[in-house]
Amino acid sequence: MTTPAEYYQRNRDRHPPALTPNYKTSIARSPQFALISLEQTASEITGPTFGHGDIAPGDNDLIKNYAKTGDPIGERIIVHGRVLDENARPVPNTLVEVWQANAGGRYRHKKDTYLAPVDPNFGGCGRTLSDDVGYYAFRTIKPGAYPWRNLINNWRPAHIHVSVFGASFSQRLITQLYFEGDPLIPLCPIVRSIPDADAIDQLTAKLDLNATIPLDSIAYRFDIVLRGRRSTMFENRPEGN
Amino acid sequence: MTACDTLHETPSQTAGPYVHIGLAPGAAGFDIYEQELGWDIAGPNAKGERIRVQGHVLDGMNSPIKDVMLEAWQANAEGHYAHPEGGGAVEDGFRGWGRVITDFDTGEWSFDTIKPGAVIGRNGRMMAPHINLWIVARGINIGLNTRLYFSDEVVANASDPILNVIEWERRRSTLVATRHDDGETPVYRFDVKIQGQDETVFFDI
Repeated sequence: MTTPAEYYQRNRDRHPPALTPNYKTSIARSPQFALISLEQTASEITGPTFGHGDIAPGDNDLIKNYAKTGDPIGERIIVHGRVLDENARPVPNTLVEVWQANAGGRYRHKKDTYLAPVDPNFGGCGRTLSDDVGYYAFRTIKPGAYPWRNLINNWRPAHIHVSVFGASFSQRLITQLYFEGDPLIPLCPIVRSIPDADAIDQLTAKLDLNATIPLDSIAYRFDIVLRGRRSTMFENRPEGN
Repeated sequence: MTACDTLHETPSQTAGPYVHIGLAPGAAGFDIYEQELGWDIAGPNAKGERIRVQGHVLDGMNSPIKDVMLEAWQANAEGHYAHPEGGGAVEDGFRGWGRVITDFDTGEWSFDTIKPGAVIGRNGRMMAPHINLWIVARGINIGLNTRLYFSDEVVANASDPILNVIEWERRRSTLVATRHDDGETPVYRFDVKIQGQDETVFFDI
């Protein structure tokens, strides 16, 4: 089949536009010409695949995966959910990677100079593969808010960066997960780069009491939705279906 | 739920300045994983010409973006992607996918791979050899998709169905990497301009 079934077009009204002046860095880093719309080919409907040989079983446990002398400081949390597509079908065996600041809002990165200290027991990254029904889970500590240079006094809400692949390069996505009830969410210029309130709500992980581990860790639910794909069932193709 | 229930794609957010922590922790300054992913695009068994691709990603002030990360996705020398719908088998160890980060001081990046072959496009039309690129960084709200073509594929590029949908002919050259043969390995130079008069063509795929 040389004309593949396409993925649904991206609804750009629910994504941030390239230019969002209140997030100042976007001003010089946003294309000004229109994106060229492309009918998908093999180059877009394929993408890298990953297996259990690529990662280690403990990679999704950020409480333990960099622990040296003990557990990291902070609120112990579980972040879990499903990776689905827009047709509500599970996306199995897909690589989910996360990174975050520590409980004090400091990143383990040679370029981060925030005065909150690095936690010797916290690396701040994890990765996992969704299972055969699209389910994934991480254990970590809740990241802290931190100030950043944009307006004079801007604070990022607590957030975890999330990277997902899906089954094709056209589904590739990086986003950020926020936590229900955080008063910094509606104030953040990066959050507000998204023009749609419902879309912002989709990035807000919800407290999931049933998934908490009593006397141990509190849980948040975060489902990830990737682009859906058209069915070829009734399409009249020269080469047949 | 049935397949008729439609959900909305999760909205994008910038990868931020510390994308390396999650996707290339060694570059952030620490070792955590037994193996980081995306460092070996072609693997040891890939047929085809070994090449290096290098360049900068430049912002609207023509300054290199030093905290950018690119991902490359390409076919092997026969034009097959390492994917169930990739058109055919690939060599053992060929993944065709890589992560590319910059020198934090200069903003220059490079990656080693093999030159991909032509890929069958829609309705059987051949696409000239190309590498698909996805670009994320602080200040980039949603990843940018582009393609890298090769300057020594003049004939194939001229009939490439994707280059030909770009209405402005002079913009097509923003997607063509320039070959340099002065070293041991052929080097293709490819500067991506995010914004401005010579802005690289980006695709809505």
